[in-house]
Formats: sequence, structure tokens, C-alpha cells
Amino acid sequence: MWDFISQPWPWYVSGPLIGLVVPMLLLAGGKQFGVSENLRHICAAALPTRVSFFQYDWRAGIWNLTLVAGVLVGGFIAATFLSSGLPIALSAATVADLQALGVNEFEGLAPDGLFSMEGLLSLRGFLIIVGGGFLVGFGSRYAGGCTSGHAISGLSDLQLPSLIAVIGFFAGGLLATFFILPLIL
Amino acid sequence: MNTPKKSRRLGLYLLIGVYFGIVLSKSEAVSWFRMQEMFRFQAIHMYGMIGGAIVVGLIAVQIIKRTRAKDLDGADIHIPPKDLGSGTRYWLGGTLFGIGWALIGACPGPMFALIGNGIYVMIAGLFAAVIGTWTYGALRPYLPH
Repeated sequence: MWDFISQPWPWYVSGPLIGLVVPMLLLAGGKQFGVSENLRHICAAALPTRVSFFQYDWRAGIWNLTLVAGVLVGGFIAATFLSSGLPIALSAATVADLQALGVNEFEGLAPDGLFSMEGLLSLRGFLIIVGGGFLVGFGSRYAGGCTSGHAISGLSDLQLPSLIAVIGFFAGGLLATFFILPLIL
Repeated sequence: MNTPKKSRRLGLYLLIGVYFGIVLSKSEAVSWFRMQEMFRFQAIHMYGMIGGAIVVGLIAVQIIKRTRAKDLDGADIHIPPKDLGSGTRYWLGGTLFGIGWALIGACPGPMFALIGNGIYVMIAGLFAAVIGTWTYGALRPYLPH
């Protein structure tokens, strides 16, 4: 049992476990699963602004802010107590493609050269972390949801707007992977 | 919506968050490498995961709707339909989100999980995402929806 838990979990176990978050939240209090909503709550709570989009009672979202605080704690628990320390079993084709782009470290969850303080202070790291983060925040609110709100929660309820958004997510992801990332890296 | 007598059950939401954070981390869905593998169509991993989550979510939502299940407070569960409008916000906003997703290799949930995993530079990514959200809010009246 412990061996199974400390190994990376296969997709056919982890996928259904993530899907269960949708009914957990509905049954707990009729809540919709959507992580990016919290970025708006943080703006409304922490950034002094007269922008009307942030003039609402963000306290109604305290449950969701509590949930993401839990996600952070969950990440800590997984890394500290449940990790095998094994490198990710990445497809050989992906390793070859990334090496061709100059990525040569495959330890951990992300390339250390980019996702470190040193990386952040380099132009390419800054574009990837700050540029990418900005677009994640801008795009998720523009689209009205992110992977959890549209891909998982929205598609679970067969909502057409969510399908359009998810097609957009992948169109943008392909654009960035094949045209933008090669320019940055 | 705002019924003060309702328990807020923050402890329960915290636990659900911890559960989600552990599953995201253990499944490697928080990995920049895995996102690259997905967008290059080189493994089933992420597709199987997202697909598996949708199938389970779909079945659960159907059961909740058909049995008219109530939440813990005994209230009806209502899932509001999203307004399609012209659809522009979904494909355009979605595409911008997707570009960011592939660059930083994380969507909002994994950003929080990565900070917990000790990738502290993701605090800068999260901060940028908050600024991105704020910028959307400020530009909202001028954007096509």
C-alpha cells in the first residue's frame, strides 16, 4: 500500500480522484469547482481599486480561498511525506524535443534553470513565469474559468461555452508550444 | 445565497483542497514537463487524467441532478448554465489562457500546489496571474464578450 502511495499515481487513478472534487463541492454546499475565481477574489480583497468588476463581496468566496490554501498544504504534504523522489517518467520523444530546444535538466517537476530565482531574473524565465502567469490570470477571467471551471466542472455538466473555452485552451497551448516557446527558449 | 445561519464549513473546504493538492501533485499534473508532453501529444497521461476526471464528474453530476440530491445544509443543488453570448470570450479568452498555460506549465490549481511543493518562484507566477486578472477587470468594458 505504501509503495503504491509513494509512487507517482497513474492517470486512471488520479483522473477519477480529481473528478470527485466536482460532486464533493456540490454536496458540501452547492459550490462550483473553479480555482481561477480566487484570483478575482484576491484582487477584490487585496488590491485597492475602483474597477467595477472587483466591487462585490469577496467574502462569499472565502470557501474557495480556503480550498486553495488547502491545495497549497496538499502540495506540501505530497512533496514532504508522499514522494518517491523518482524523476518523472516522461516520454522519450518529449525529452528529445525539449533537449532540441536547449532544456537539459529533467529533475523535479519543472526545469530548475527556468523555475528558480536565477531563472526568474533571466529574460526567458521572466517571460515564461511572469508572461505565462499574466496570461493565465487574464485569459481565465476573460474566458470565465480555467481548467477546473471549464474543462472539468463545465464539461461534466455538458456546457457548450466550456467546450469552446477548452478548445481555446488547447489552441493556445499548441500555439505557445510550437511557435512561442521555441522563440523564448 | 447569503444565509448567515448556514455553517460555512471552512474546515471541510480546506480538507477538499488538501485532497485536491495531493492528487494534483501525485499525478504530476503540476509538472511543466507533463504539460509539454501533453501539448506535443506524446503520452496519454494528461489526456487520460483530464478525461477520467470529466467522466467521473459527468456521472456524478447526472446522479446529483436525477436524484435531486441536497447539499449538507439540505438546500437544492443548482448548477447555473453559462451564458454563451457571442462566444468570443470563450474562444479568445480560452486561447490566451492556453498560451499562458503552456508557457508556465501550470493552471491556477497547480500554481498553488507547486508553491506547496517548494517551487517558490511560482509565487511570482501567481502574483502575475493576479495582475492579469486585475488587468482583465480594468479592460473588461472594452473587450468583446
